Amino acid sequence: MNDLTLRNLRKEFPGHDGTGSVIAVSGANLEVPRGTLVTLLGPSGCGKTTLLRMIAGFEEPTSGQVLFGDRDVTSDPPNRRDTAMVFQSYAIFPHLNVFDNVAFGLKLQRLPAREMRERVERVLDITGLGGYAKRSPSQLSGGQQQRVALARCIVMEPRLLLFDEPLSNLDAKLREQMRVEIRELQQRLGITTVYVTHDQVEAMSISDIVVVMDSGHIRQIGSPEDIYARPTSHFVADFIGKANFIPAEVIDADRIRIGGREIAVQPHDFRPGHPVQVMIRPEAAEVSREEGLFTGTVERAMFLGSVLECVVNVPDVGQLLIDVPNPVAFGSLAVGQEVHVTPVTGLPAVVERPEARA
Amino acid sequence: MNQLKRLARDPLLLALIIIIFAALGLFVVYPLVKVFATSFQTRAGVWTLENYELFTTRRLYQTALRNSLVVGGTVALISVLLGYILAFVTTRLRTPGRGLLHMVTMLPIISPPFVSAVSILFLFGFNGLVTRHLLQLDDFSIYGFGGVVLSQVFTFTPIAYLSLRGVLQSISPTLEDAALNIGATKLQAFLKVTLPLSLPGVASALLIVFIESLADFGNPLVLAGATFPMLAPQAYLEITGSFNLPRGAALAVILLIPSLTAFAIQRYWISRRQYVTVTGKPSTSTSKLVSEPVKWILYGISVLFGILVAAFYLVILVGAFTRVWGFDYTMTLQHFRYVFDVGFNAVKDTLIVAAIVTPLSGLMGMMIAFLVVRRRFPGRQLLEFTSILNFAVPGTVVGIGYILAFNGPPVILTGTLAILVAAFVFRYMSVGIQNGIAVLRQIDPSIEEAAQNLGADSITTFRKVTLPLIAPAFFSALVYAFVRAMTAISAAIFLVSANWNLMTVQILNQVGSGRLGVAAAFSVLLIVIVVIFMGLLNLLMSRWTRHSGSVRF
Repeated sequence: MNDLTLRNLRKEFPGHDGTGSVIAVSGANLEVPRGTLVTLLGPSGCGKTTLLRMIAGFEEPTSGQVLFGDRDVTSDPPNRRDTAMVFQSYAIFPHLNVFDNVAFGLKLQRLPAREMRERVERVLDITGLGGYAKRSPSQLSGGQQQRVALARCIVMEPRLLLFDEPLSNLDAKLREQMRVEIRELQQRLGITTVYVTHDQVEAMSISDIVVVMDSGHIRQIGSPEDIYARPTSHFVADFIGKANFIPAEVIDADRIRIGGREIAVQPHDFRPGHPVQVMIRPEAAEVSREEGLFTGTVERAMFLGSVLECVVNVPDVGQLLIDVPNPVAFGSLAVGQEVHVTPVTGLPAVVERPEARA
Repeated sequence: MNQLKRLARDPLLLALIIIIFAALGLFVVYPLVKVFATSFQTRAGVWTLENYELFTTRRLYQTALRNSLVVGGTVALISVLLGYILAFVTTRLRTPGRGLLHMVTMLPIISPPFVSAVSILFLFGFNGLVTRHLLQLDDFSIYGFGGVVLSQVFTFTPIAYLSLRGVLQSISPTLEDAALNIGATKLQAFLKVTLPLSLPGVASALLIVFIESLADFGNPLVLAGATFPMLAPQAYLEITGSFNLPRGAALAVILLIPSLTAFAIQRYWISRRQYVTVTGKPSTSTSKLVSEPVKWILYGISVLFGILVAAFYLVILVGAFTRVWGFDYTMTLQHFRYVFDVGFNAVKDTLIVAAIVTPLSGLMGMMIAFLVVRRRFPGRQLLEFTSILNFAVPGTVVGIGYILAFNGPPVILTGTLAILVAAFVFRYMSVGIQNGIAVLRQIDPSIEEAAQNLGADSITTFRKVTLPLIAPAFFSALVYAFVRAMTAISAAIFLVSANWNLMTVQILNQVGSGRLGVAAAFSVLLIVIVVIFMGLLNLLMSRWTRHSGSVRF
């Protein structure tokens, strides 16, 4: 049984000047098995936070259902759902110390004092806040406040743990450290988690499942590797990582043609004649001084330390952004130099050409 | 409809909203409607315009209207000018004794609004210390335009001062520095930078004082006299003197119109144009716009005003212990004996009323602010508007409205404690609501969502999370309600009865009977009570909000 199921969830907001309405989320369907960390990923305004808030109960869906297990909770108010949410601003209660913040939810359940104290102290230890129990929030750093918010949720032992862009207010280094901690904690406790972020690196590094959203629609659901290597739409391919998009001709379900050459691709169901593009990741293309499928001219080569970022102009194919690994060993390339390019190792994905969309 | 369905699942909240709407409808809207309706009727209940026609025929009414408007305008101008100088001196100039000056200027706010009238009688009345004894004038009459203006300037300058203080503090002095740097003279910098920036605040203060002056009942009643009719006392006289409710109601409506207009202008037009400089932090650094001699002139004016205020209160204090002012200056306790003996019922009643009104007003204010800012439901804007409406309605109109509304079926409340409590609660919670709304808007809504997320329903969230966070607004609402309940007169004078009397009404009665000594004794006692309460509340508040540790649930 899935801990969380979303069925045809839709949310409309009335338009600002009374004209029509804004569709924030359109027909979302999702199933989340127990213990997985699902990330809702997408650009600002894609509806991921609205979706999260519908799960938490802070927004009422215009239509559709939210199920916890097999129970329909769509009309349950937020205080009656078994969810715990870490807010973007942490939302620590400023008038309570750390202990009372973390104990807040337990006190509402009227737990016996001793059991409550034990649980709170255990969670404070797990989240690295041992010894901070008596501190007031104004005496905490951003990272510590975040941990308090996290501890306050975990101590509730909720069915669902929800995160609303929890790391966006932290500096880069802290962000990297915290996302690892959050993931490890989540795996250790085995809590089903829904995580919202616009940072794709964050999403891919911690998730079991990634849900890519755009303008209220769910575009693709899959593992981080699925999303990265086998995007099913131009949007997803373009949103995640860097990509080259080369217009191609469909030969059949496994092959396409670019620059006059046949390339093997991921299985797809576009018909011959349908305008498509093949997506080539910069690290998947190879540059060689000796041999390759195509020949091209170097337009730009920037030494970035761990890669040599090149732009190579390949006639009849296009401009390819290529990352050459281990540039110290490879050596440098001069602008205008002729090189051989094998556009892709492995099977690239095929997506529709953007003009093909209405 | 969705909103309603959601509400239905938080039944306590739904019940609360319905109760509040019903209460507002009954105690705010219904009385006003009755006033309007009655003004269009004859005494027999027939619909007519004759009450309003009187304004075109009877000189008395035209004069009353004109007088009230002229006094209002004059008082507004003088008070705002004085208030501006005072605010400027205390916030922007480095002068000695600013703290003391500030406190003295604020004194009139915590006393009955007509205390100045009593002082003026002591000083400038027929047996006045200044007029009779010092200047030996035999037929100088302070009654009329002069007396009313003087007493109202005294009473309302602190209000203008408070308002302008906030305005001046929000203008960064760096702007003046920039003007001087470009080459402006000090006068030019003031005229072209400081003054324009403070103009919306000045306009706002002008309107506020104008409204207060129009609505003022106590001072005109004491000092206007028979030859200087004014609207508020005239409405009162029509009802209590001639028992002509329709005419009184018509006068009340005429009184209401400029008040509501000024309120609307102030709220919807001026507040849109407030210029707050980017820093937002209060700036109290010294202004360089004022040369030394000018600075000391301004300071002198301020000190003079402070001395005047102190003198007024000193006179009251002395008068309370003087056997017969103007004739026998021996010290005596007889007035206080009267207060604690015959007059003690009034003291007791006033304290009871204040004790009930204060917490009710504070809590309702915070709850309504919470609902307006944090919850969506049909009629939310209406709720906000109605609960603030009473603030703009002159007390006289409220008083008349209440006796019209609750003197007969369906709800009979006249002569009871309930009518006093209702009138006060619904008038004074407006300030609490506005403060609460302002404070709530600064609190991150996620904090309350977090509480709900952890299992708290609306009422629990309000109690355990919101209320502690808006404590400052809550406490100031309590102080405001208490002070107003203790010093109210305009509405109260219609609502007192044999069973329930108030100290303020007693003071007026004593003044009317010529017993200034007793009036002074009541006033002294009243002020002392208010000061004690404010001190206690301040103590409580600093203890309650100083905690950095846990809060017991």
